[in-house]
Amino acid sequence: MRYEAPNSVEAAVDLLAATEGAYVLAGGTDLLVKLRAEMLEPDLVVDIKRIAGMKDITAENGGWRIGAAVSGAEMGEHAGLLRDWPGVVEAVGLIGSTQVQGRATLAGNLCNASPAADSVPAMVAANATLRIVGPKGSRDVAVIDVPASPGKTTLAPGEFIASVFLPAKPEHGGDAYLRFIPRTEMDIAVVGCGVSLVLDGAGKVSAARVSLGAVGPKVMLVEAGAEALIGRAPKGDALEDLAAVCSAAATPIDDKRGTVDFRRHVAGVLARRATEIAAIRAKGETA
Amino acid sequence: MSQIHVTTSINGDATEFLCEAEDTLLDVLRDRLGMTGSKEGCGTGDCGACSVTVDGRLVCSCLMLGAEAEGREVTTIEGMATGDQLHPLQQKFIEMAALQCGICTPGILVAAKSLLEKNPDPTEEEVRYWLAGNLCRCTGYDKIIRAVMETAADLRRAS
Ligand SMILES: Cc1cc2nc3c(=O)[nH]c(=O)nc-3n(C[C@H](O)[C@H](O)[C@H](O)COP(=O)(O)OP(=O)(O)OC[C@H]3O[C@@H](n4cnc5c(N)ncnc54)[C@H](O)[C@@H]3O)c2cc1C
Ligand code: FES
Ligand code: FES
Repeated sequence: MRYEAPNSVEAAVDLLAATEGAYVLAGGTDLLVKLRAEMLEPDLVVDIKRIAGMKDITAENGGWRIGAAVSGAEMGEHAGLLRDWPGVVEAVGLIGSTQVQGRATLAGNLCNASPAADSVPAMVAANATLRIVGPKGSRDVAVIDVPASPGKTTLAPGEFIASVFLPAKPEHGGDAYLRFIPRTEMDIAVVGCGVSLVLDGAGKVSAARVSLGAVGPKVMLVEAGAEALIGRAPKGDALEDLAAVCSAAATPIDDKRGTVDFRRHVAGVLARRATEIAAIRAKGETA
Repeated sequence: MSQIHVTTSINGDATEFLCEAEDTLLDVLRDRLGMTGSKEGCGTGDCGACSVTVDGRLVCSCLMLGAEAEGREVTTIEGMATGDQLHPLQQKFIEMAALQCGICTPGILVAAKSLLEKNPDPTEEEVRYWLAGNLCRCTGYDKIIRAVMETAADLRRAS
């Protein structure tokens, strides 16, 4: 294995494009585990942390551009991100321990392509986009379009994610992410749910995005969930309807951490609870 | 394949080493630099016995390549005492018997020190969450948590 730490995007793309079996190294909290287990035997590892801008969080068009090497711990210390997208910050903050937080990144979580990745449903709910760079230049892509199947992404050879963009927080908007795990820390989501919504002057939902993780081969955007909420106050029957469509949309597997029935049920419960939290935040209150 | 030459700072000392691309920082510390205070419990980020700080951030040295340390500032358990003078956390762990076999102790001390630098007055819950990535098979955690809380209180009184 070769290790390279280029200091420009172009040099990184050249290295990745020229070598079959090359892997990007961001925080390494997935990659190093796989190296050790010999699940991967890369010819080349390209460390992107020395590229200018990869560690920056910058304001852009009212939203935030987060460099691909920014760690969960750094996001959790950023007042602007906490104010605008607390659900995304909470989701990335759930990844692993303090030590893992010191290194883990959003793009690494996404590109590892685990169906249970915690930050991914939150990014989908927030309608985040990615700036992907590669041999053909750069392109912006919605988060939902990157995971292909467990362990696989839609990135082409030579491409990598340079940054994640969280759009401007809508006025009277709020987001939230919840996961269910059998413990209180350090576990893999049995179900995860991200919700982002906007309230109108009458307290009714005018826009919403509802996403589910760990209940299918990849993250899903539940359009029917948004439809159950839009035009209604986020309480009572609207939440019951939301829960029912989320349970129906889930396509989980049975495994040692949860049965199909349990996961479907929890998908509905988490959608309801995350919506309640997002609505409190949309009113400008803290939750 | 030629080895990678890395220049870094470890516990404030300028340090150079040669390593293979696949060597973790933990491999380098233990096997190339003879700094065996950091322990390998799992090698997969679960136990925290290998905890060090890099540029002030607490990380698992088993989940970082040695080559990544180029130009960084690394601190390990070996940098915790000042000469013969133990760090207050080390002293308190001995007084309160917050260890049994001791395998987890270096990692827990490094992690607890990093917490108290950030938050000198943590609640018990904050200590427990901060140390959730440091596993201990012996103590049942209670003495560890109490030792960290008491050290924090002592340090606050002293400052
Ligand atoms: C103890 C422990 C607990 C964990 N707990 C959780 C948890 O609770 N929830 C959870 O979701 N995950 C968890 N994880 C998994 C992991 O920490 C996360 O997936 C993390 O976000 C990965 O980010 P990274 O930067 O470390 O990725 P890396 O390991 O650097 O990379 C992961 C993969 O993505 C690729 N990649 C990285 N960055 C880019 C990029 N910019 N462009 C293209 N490809 C890229 C790499 O080549 C690699 O294939 C845990 C891991 C450990 C060790
Ligand atoms: S040895 Fe690094 S976390 Fe266990
Ligand atoms: S004292 Fe033995 S593992 Fe903690």
